[in-house]
Amino acid sequence: MLHRLEHLLGLETLTREQVTFILDQSKPFQEFHRHPLKKLATLRGKTVALAFFEPSTRTRISFATASARLGADIMNLQAESSSLKKGESLIDTVRTLEAMRPDGIVIRHSSSGAPHFVAERLGIPVINAGDGTHEHPTQALLDALTIRDRKESFDGLHITILGDIIHSRVARSNIHLLSKFGARITLCGPAMWMPRELESLAPNIRRVPKIEEALEGADVVFVLRVQTERINEPALSAEEFILGYQLTAERLRRAKPDALVLHPGPMIRGLEIDPLVADGPQSCVLDQVTNGLAVRMALLYHLVGGAPVDSSENSKEQSSAAN
Amino acid sequence: MRVVEKRQLLSAEEIGRTLQRLAHEIVEKSGGTKDLALIGVRRRGVPLSQRLARIVKTSSGVNIPVGTLDITLYRDDLSTVAQQPVVQSNEIDFPVDDRDIVLVDDVLYTGRTVRAAMNGLFDLGRPRRIRLCVLIDRGHRELPVEASFIGSTVQTSDTEIVEVRLQEIDNEERVMLVDRVS
Repeated sequence: MLHRLEHLLGLETLTREQVTFILDQSKPFQEFHRHPLKKLATLRGKTVALAFFEPSTRTRISFATASARLGADIMNLQAESSSLKKGESLIDTVRTLEAMRPDGIVIRHSSSGAPHFVAERLGIPVINAGDGTHEHPTQALLDALTIRDRKESFDGLHITILGDIIHSRVARSNIHLLSKFGARITLCGPAMWMPRELESLAPNIRRVPKIEEALEGADVVFVLRVQTERINEPALSAEEFILGYQLTAERLRRAKPDALVLHPGPMIRGLEIDPLVADGPQSCVLDQVTNGLAVRMALLYHLVGGAPVDSSENSKEQSSAAN
Repeated sequence: MRVVEKRQLLSAEEIGRTLQRLAHEIVEKSGGTKDLALIGVRRRGVPLSQRLARIVKTSSGVNIPVGTLDITLYRDDLSTVAQQPVVQSNEIDFPVDDRDIVLVDDVLYTGRTVRAAMNGLFDLGRPRRIRLCVLIDRGHRELPVEASFIGSTVQTSDTEIVEVRLQEIDNEERVMLVDRVS
């Protein structure tokens, strides 16, 4: 029996079985999105707090929609109106949230480790929606689902990750996840964004400075956005970046003909990705969005559903529905 | 939880004959097969619904659509269990609107599964009619639910469990009455 996941803080410490479980459980929620009526009562009466201390549109809307479709209510916290800007510490903000008794918290924060900090102190499930440059586990899970739906397995798959890797929590989460399943990973970007330490994140990972070589024979190409909000000054001009690292249609031809192109979004057309590729047949960006809803519904169902973790009900054995 | 087998309710042969009778009853009481569809409730309703469809095909040549419904997300007891049960997908590849649907399950007991199944069906569309077919009705209803097609009615007590074992799932074929022992 799978050890009950209490939180989803990162993928580094999850087992292969736990990741497979989440991906498998996302499938019924993919099917759910083809229903005419997309509203369940499964989490009715539960409240999910969305604590986004960093700006986000797609991830926040995705979690909000996933919660609402499960029937849960939502508590919305956005950085612009956050008391954090008035000098309140993180722990006081979340203690305030907890006093409103949500059944789970989804948190995005600019500090790596913030979700872990919160999880250790509050008695409710925490889902990491991105912490600093550390991890963005739900992104990697939806990426993995997108890949798994098209490729038979991850084992031996040649994955190339392009761009601003050092600042990318998406890259880290994907590296942790895919390497658990035996994928081979190639990192490619400007040298200052690809320190040697990245190679110690997983077995079977290498850095390649030239994009053409990095794309050779790839099964999956991840294109990352240049994280200008995280760096003090651009190490490279936009023109230099495009020249060296943009995924163009011509460069993509170096990869396998059925290679997938994934981008976590938002895309900057004409910078890291050629619009032709973004809109081309190999691009999976729209499926990534749909799969994001499915993955987040599966996680909310398993983590926020059920009796509270510390309640006396916890000793009750899992019952099957009486007929 | 320990259980002790008390007695056999149906043998393999009796299950077969019961399904034959149920299949013919369904077609007869529906005035034919027009708009008819069978939907098996996971888990054991699924092979039962498939077998019923095969019987109808053999005797009348008509292919009735068969689907699979997973009711996990519609259960009314999810907030009381410590670990959420595993969800599975539905497999219903025909539209449900205006269909004459027969839900198929192995045992009818409190009626809560059927209530959940109907909720699940309504999320998919608006059937013209829903009726219920079960192999065993064991009484003890907690909701106003009834079956139109019943294989066998059995008197049971609260501690007893009706175990339907089917070849497709359990590698054996019979219905047992078992009792919980402390």
